[in-house]
Amino acid sequence: MVYKKGQKITTIMLFLLPSLLGLLLFSLIPIGSSLYLSLTEWDVIGGPPQFIKGDNYLNILKSEEFWRVLKNTLYFIILYLPLILISSIAVGTILNRKYKGIAIYRTLFFIPVLTSWVAGALIWRWVLSPEYGVINALLGYIGIKGPGWLYDKTWAMPGIVLASIWKDTGFFGLIMLAGLQGIDPTYYEAAEIDGAGRWGKLWKITLPLISPTIFFVTVISIINSFQLFPQIMVMIIDRNFAAGHVFVERIYQYAFKYYKMGYATAFSWILFLLIFLVTLLQFKLQKRWVSYDT
Amino acid sequence: MIHKEKRKKGSRSKTIFYLLTTITSCFMLVPFFWMVVTSLKERGALMVIPIQWWPEKISFKAYQELFSIDFPFARSIANSLFVAGMVTFITVMSAAMAAYVFAKINFRGREILFSLYLATMMIPSQVTMIPNYLVLKYLGLLNSFTGLMLPSIFNAFATFMLRQNMKSIPDAYLEAAELDGASHITIFFRIILALSKPALATLAVITFMGAWNDYLWPLIILTERRKMTLPVGLSLLNGQYSSRYNLLMAGALISMIPILIVYAFAHRYFEQGLSIGGIKR
Repeated sequence: MVYKKGQKITTIMLFLLPSLLGLLLFSLIPIGSSLYLSLTEWDVIGGPPQFIKGDNYLNILKSEEFWRVLKNTLYFIILYLPLILISSIAVGTILNRKYKGIAIYRTLFFIPVLTSWVAGALIWRWVLSPEYGVINALLGYIGIKGPGWLYDKTWAMPGIVLASIWKDTGFFGLIMLAGLQGIDPTYYEAAEIDGAGRWGKLWKITLPLISPTIFFVTVISIINSFQLFPQIMVMIIDRNFAAGHVFVERIYQYAFKYYKMGYATAFSWILFLLIFLVTLLQFKLQKRWVSYDT
Repeated sequence: MIHKEKRKKGSRSKTIFYLLTTITSCFMLVPFFWMVVTSLKERGALMVIPIQWWPEKISFKAYQELFSIDFPFARSIANSLFVAGMVTFITVMSAAMAAYVFAKINFRGREILFSLYLATMMIPSQVTMIPNYLVLKYLGLLNSFTGLMLPSIFNAFATFMLRQNMKSIPDAYLEAAELDGASHITIFFRIILALSKPALATLAVITFMGAWNDYLWPLIILTERRKMTLPVGLSLLNGQYSSRYNLLMAGALISMIPILIVYAFAHRYFEQGLSIGGIKR
């Protein structure tokens, strides 16, 4: 709007230059070359990339490993999503009350959000230790023999889920809180006059009115679930343990341990497509349960 | 009668509230408690049954050892502070400069260029990280802090966030400054940056946190142990001393301190930033 005349193009360029250079070098060129690389076979050290068309994609989709990775990811999502929705709505509701000491509570939930995933995962690897960890000790007090958690192929993912709930509840709780604060209190007053109970108010007022927030949290959680990495790397040390194979971890292994760059980039594009399709599907389905009229 | 009923209901709701609060607080606290307790134990007290909820003898050995073992732990803290600080500066400056152009200076193709910025936000970093690694390899910047930090000059999300903010600065301010003969550079520093301080602080705080906690990118770029950042160092420690939990817990605890200090001084910016930046974590 300003500076229509007499502006020096060089000054504009000076302001834009670092960002544009970065856009080119670290975004546009990489996206293009990654598309090309995914159609080649290349180990970096040897000759130039060998063009092999869609073979990488076919080989990935034909591999038993890909379906196992997808299965592990879905297992994570099935456990994580309902738990994070419940815990973040609960925490959001608690934070919405104006009781004394709520600031401490808020900080308590926020510390894991600030902590690096590596530190959080270290803590949880120890907390979930089958013999010497606190979780199994607590379970022992009520007479339950705790599972082998991260060393057991059925219980490894639930262990990762527990740690993730601990890490993420504060963050999503704050987002839910913002949604809850947007509800007009007169709705509740009207419902009380109509004789609605606590559950009635939750199901008929609160949840429908924060459905856009729930939708947002669902979309973000699912995107994040496809991108699990530090918690897997730190909590499951044995890279051959099949229950701990997930997308980003596999991509990392193929690219930087086996130097199969073509295969790894193809894997990353499949991951992108999956995320894209799942997100698209959720936006299509949202009409059925998300209401934006308040 | 009605009044009595309501009070009863109120106290029951309060009980449920406190019960829920206590249970969830325990779930949050126990891991931290276990971390602190473990870091104060001696090696022999780690693997005992039944587990010790409190160390028989409080010992700071793990902390001493952390800095004396054959592992550059102190160095990794210094590296992380340097890298996180620089990445924050580079990201905020580069994004602010670009945002100024996108918000306030007209030129042909501006909107198309800006939509290109937004489009790149859709591509997850896992897709670009392999070619980024290769670009830095060709530039001879692998295993260097320059290589680690260089990609921060482009951050579509940061640019977008600051542009939205700068758009709200009235053009009249800029026009007045221009009449006084101020150059773009003066206007940028004296007016634009000065008026976007809250947004800059919010962005700086979440960028610092992201950089301080970043794991995958430094893991790929840095190969030399002396150059490791803290999260990578911790994960190496995890592989090397996988059963020395007192050492690992002491390391985890130390890694949390700087970010908690920043949080103590700027918690409002943190919460704001995280709720805006939810998508780009």
